[in-house]
Amino acid sequence: MAHFTKATSVKDWLNQRLAIEKVEKVMASEYWIPKNINFLWAMGMVLAITFALLLVSGIFLLMYYQPDVKDAFYSVNFTIMRDVDYGWLWRHVHGVAASVVFLIIYIHMFTGIYYGSYKKGREMIWVSGMLLFVTFSAEAFSGYMLPWGQMSYWAGMVITNIFSLGGLHLDGLVEWIRGDYVPAQAFLTRFFMLHVLLLPLAIMGLIGLHFAALRIPHVNNQDGEEVDFDAEAKKYLAGDKAGSKVIRFANDFMSKDLMVVGFFLIFFFYLVFFQYGFALDPVNFDPADGLKTPAHIYPEWYFLWSYEILRPFSVNIGLLAFGFAQVIFVLLPWLDRSPNAVPASRRGAFSVWFWLLLIDMIVLTAMGKLPPEGMFSTIGLVAAVAFILLWVALPFITMNEKKV
Amino acid sequence: MKNKEPLILVVVVAFTLLTYWLVEPYAHSVMHKHVESEHFAYADLKPVAKTGNVASGKELVTGAAACTGCHSIEKEGMPAAMDAVSAAASYGVNPPDLSNAGAIYDAKFLANLIVNPAHALKVEHKFDAAKGQSHPMTAFFGAGGDAEQEVADMVSYLQSIAVKPEEVTPKMAYENACGRCHAVSYEKWTQVGEKPAFKFEKESLAFDIQVLEYQEHLTKYMGKLPPDLSMYIRSRGEHFISTFIENPQAHLEGTAMPRVGVTAEAAEKVIEYLEDAGDTKRHERESLGKSVLIYSVIFAIFALLWKKQVWKDLH
Repeated sequence: MAHFTKATSVKDWLNQRLAIEKVEKVMASEYWIPKNINFLWAMGMVLAITFALLLVSGIFLLMYYQPDVKDAFYSVNFTIMRDVDYGWLWRHVHGVAASVVFLIIYIHMFTGIYYGSYKKGREMIWVSGMLLFVTFSAEAFSGYMLPWGQMSYWAGMVITNIFSLGGLHLDGLVEWIRGDYVPAQAFLTRFFMLHVLLLPLAIMGLIGLHFAALRIPHVNNQDGEEVDFDAEAKKYLAGDKAGSKVIRFANDFMSKDLMVVGFFLIFFFYLVFFQYGFALDPVNFDPADGLKTPAHIYPEWYFLWSYEILRPFSVNIGLLAFGFAQVIFVLLPWLDRSPNAVPASRRGAFSVWFWLLLIDMIVLTAMGKLPPEGMFSTIGLVAAVAFILLWVALPFITMNEKKV
Repeated sequence: MKNKEPLILVVVVAFTLLTYWLVEPYAHSVMHKHVESEHFAYADLKPVAKTGNVASGKELVTGAAACTGCHSIEKEGMPAAMDAVSAAASYGVNPPDLSNAGAIYDAKFLANLIVNPAHALKVEHKFDAAKGQSHPMTAFFGAGGDAEQEVADMVSYLQSIAVKPEEVTPKMAYENACGRCHAVSYEKWTQVGEKPAFKFEKESLAFDIQVLEYQEHLTKYMGKLPPDLSMYIRSRGEHFISTFIENPQAHLEGTAMPRVGVTAEAAEKVIEYLEDAGDTKRHERESLGKSVLIYSVIFAIFALLWKKQVWKDLH
């Protein structure tokens, strides 16, 4: 057992038991971040804040929400939106944050791809990040079921149908997932459980893993420069703050994070109060009706690109393409054969690949929402094929890349 | 080193806005038919050419034209001949009280309605006289004099007894023009009236049975039960509702919903009623939104100043 002395202060008392000074150093003041970064490096903090907003607003909504097919719609649209003081605010914050969190995730992801932040020891950052993307997707989908509106019901119907895996006709699996032949009470209750317990737990665990994965390889920087963190940290601690290539996480990096968060929150609250329609689909303000299929069924915007990879093909090929799209991003660190961990702008053909992928995914997103008719079908098909070809071509493009 | 942040910001914002524009304004413009407002002009209807006489209008409405055989005029002490459920059993839907009809409905519409209900209501596809399908409201063929003059007189009389157009309340407009077919459960409104707070469950259930009976007749008459409009302001939006009221056929050809012929002002009142039901907190949202944005801007300024102070030594 360790030796304890009579504490001289509260801090000392805690220090003897929790080593708070050491923890503070490891987590904040001597957690070294490269100085050469831009505001895109603050997206992690923006995501953490958005997740906190989701968690807090979710807790308040959970106090009034009723996971019952007869009462769910009413509890959301009457109890929360009308009866409970500021219930409407929590719902708008929750709904808008759920949509905005994906915008930031995509910016965060494409930042990682652009700067090669998944290479040279940073593979686990990328993999844990992609696992977070998958769990966030499941969280978003399960949450979308809860208001039990028309889009909840019909999106639930369409997405769970995917598990019959086309030609395999695994209808039993679909029934097992739904707990019924159609989305009904069992379906709602289990998605409620997933949304408020299991998936948030998984997300929090994965956030821990994501942060931990960052610790050893350190954060990348915007020129792909290899920084000797120990030497630069010494320089900083010796007083040469301006000459050192690294900064403390707190307060140096955090002050920049918080500044970006500040500007982000202006944008976020503008959406919450004045421009929320994109996140709270009008169709979902009609109560679920199994006998009335909406004219257009589409997922939320952040799922549209993968939905459009499923849609233009015949059932079985579409499912294969869809499955491909779901896992391919995880494999990026191994599909990119180049040793260069530098910004795409210095990587020749990869730069072209990056911008093509981004534009292709925006085209897929647009076509995923538009009705699959005429020209839109053709564009969607071309974009889906292009998506697959881009990924197939990636190892060949990067294999011959010159070392920079 | 050159500061790349402004360029990066432009790229991020540009791609975000492009994606937004594609999936929201553009995709919705492709998916939904756009119907322009006709400003409640009812241009297809015949204008009222004559100047009406209130006194003779009163005589016609309560006498020869037999309006009060089916319609109540509570204001003038003329109650309904039947309760709502029996009226629905007879006509399919409870005929509206005419006390404020002159203020809620367009004068030209009323004149045309009296002469040819199915035509003014735009339900001739459902009530084709040639096939022997007559509208439950009997057409007025004249009381022996100048029919056009007589119709103008009746409209003048209805306008004379009604409240002033600016005194029409959202509730008044909704209940008369929409509420006999559409419930708004979030406002406790049913097709037979507002559900009161009962002391005993038995009374409450008895009321519910009345509503159910009414709804049965209504469903038979309309083909399906007209939807509860509690959340329609959020699910359909103001423009859709307004243009739908103006001419349901323009949105949904063949629908059993009649054109109800409200004035532009009354339509605004109906929208306000629906906002009070489905977007109750809109005023709070707007005022709180402004405060939160002001707070956010101040927070961002302080965050910016803090960053500048911390980074002063780092450059």
